[in-house]
Amino acid sequence: MAVKRGRGVAAVNYPTGMNLGGDPTQALVHSTPTGSFMVTLSSVDLGQGLKQIMAQICAETIGVPTESVTVDTADTDTGPHCMGTFASRGTHRAGNAVIQAAREARQVMLEVAAEELEVNASDLDTDGSGNIHVKGAPSRSISIFDTALAAHFKHGRSISGRGMFLVPRSYPETETGAMKPSTCYAHACTVAEVEVDEETGEVVVLSVKNVFEIGRALNPKMVEQQLIGGSWMGISHALYETTEPYYPDREHGARDYNEYLMPGPGDLAETEIAVLERPSGDGPFGAKGPGEMCANPQIPAVANAIFDAVGVRVDTLPITPERVLRALRQRDAGATA
Amino acid sequence: MAKISVQFTLNGSERAEFVESGTTLLAALRDKMDDTSPKGGCHQGACGACTVMIDGELRLSCLTLAETCNGAQIRTTAGLANGEVLHPLQRAFEDAFAAQCGFCTPGMIMAAAALLERNPNPDRADVVEAISGNVCRCTGYEPIIQAVLLAARANSTSAA
Repeated sequence: MAVKRGRGVAAVNYPTGMNLGGDPTQALVHSTPTGSFMVTLSSVDLGQGLKQIMAQICAETIGVPTESVTVDTADTDTGPHCMGTFASRGTHRAGNAVIQAAREARQVMLEVAAEELEVNASDLDTDGSGNIHVKGAPSRSISIFDTALAAHFKHGRSISGRGMFLVPRSYPETETGAMKPSTCYAHACTVAEVEVDEETGEVVVLSVKNVFEIGRALNPKMVEQQLIGGSWMGISHALYETTEPYYPDREHGARDYNEYLMPGPGDLAETEIAVLERPSGDGPFGAKGPGEMCANPQIPAVANAIFDAVGVRVDTLPITPERVLRALRQRDAGATA
Repeated sequence: MAKISVQFTLNGSERAEFVESGTTLLAALRDKMDDTSPKGGCHQGACGACTVMIDGELRLSCLTLAETCNGAQIRTTAGLANGEVLHPLQRAFEDAFAAQCGFCTPGMIMAAAALLERNPNPDRADVVEAISGNVCRCTGYEPIIQAVLLAARANSTSAA
């Protein structure tokens, strides 16, 4: 028997969102009477941190602290339209919509402040900590709290804005079939090192070294967290997750966590993450969608590492011990024939 | 069916309720006693999201009948914080970004709390073993392992 070691590499381009129907998301932003801001969306936070990122984007655009912004993901009966949280689209699509809505709200806010300060709105700026002042004259200022009160009770104005993001539609060219399925791509590359037991067919991932190009990381710690989890998921897809061995009938698929396998805390590969930031042209503050992309390159990298280790190509997922053993048997039969 | 009474101490408070015989502790805590910190992930003892401590031992509340808990001392994640002051494990989970969707977090924290109570200075392998009955879908486990080690270090520093 022999345990063989191998190393594989793979790289992916991953589209942010999709093209179908323009992939729209809309957002509404409004202020309360006391100058905090509300973002209303139908996009859903599944735990990936959408609410935090949208609060940051809104706060940065209006010029207020992030703590001043509340994000309500409402529901699809009452919120502005969103295609949904999928296709790594949340940050990019909803983020662009929030920027547009927040800009409109900011404009109204500055107009009200201009009335109060008896200056021109274009001469005003925000300090990011709750005040509006005349550019170059910080002492000529009004708080956003007082500005909102004035808007609500004196000027009868709604400090609010509407935003939407729609991808330019792209249709296939008749002659060539060429089209532009996405406007924004994230990238990733993984080097995986594995051990393959030729007797049992078992594959152990020793290490994965990942580099992710994700546009600008709007919240670096949350990005890192998602990439670490995603890298684990990629290994899980490569080697574990399936409705088998109860094939071929899906009726006999895995019914619970005892049968649906995933690597546990004792099965972790040594994992390294590096982030490259190349801001995208059409993303909010240069962001792309890192979500699903980060769980992809580990799969072909592991498959390539297995090939490097024992010289067999397993092209069906997950790469179970049974599949490895069958491939090894085929390899050995070919060698003796 | 006649209801039966259950009475136990939950996070330091005496609690009593009438439940159907056969009601799980998980259902009693969530539906009758307003403690939704234990989560119902699989309802068959495979995911660990419902983990609580009964008389100092880790137990899966989805597999424990409420009526077997009479007179017991029960602790859940909801009782860990001291008022506004988070338990060192809760703070470490926050600092180490050890939760995404958060569904596994209460069970993970109870498993980790039980570990730190019997072994204040665990190594990585101890932590891995302690949380190996708990499933996490988001984090890849590494941030959780790091959070538990962080909490252990914080404890030993404050004790010194």
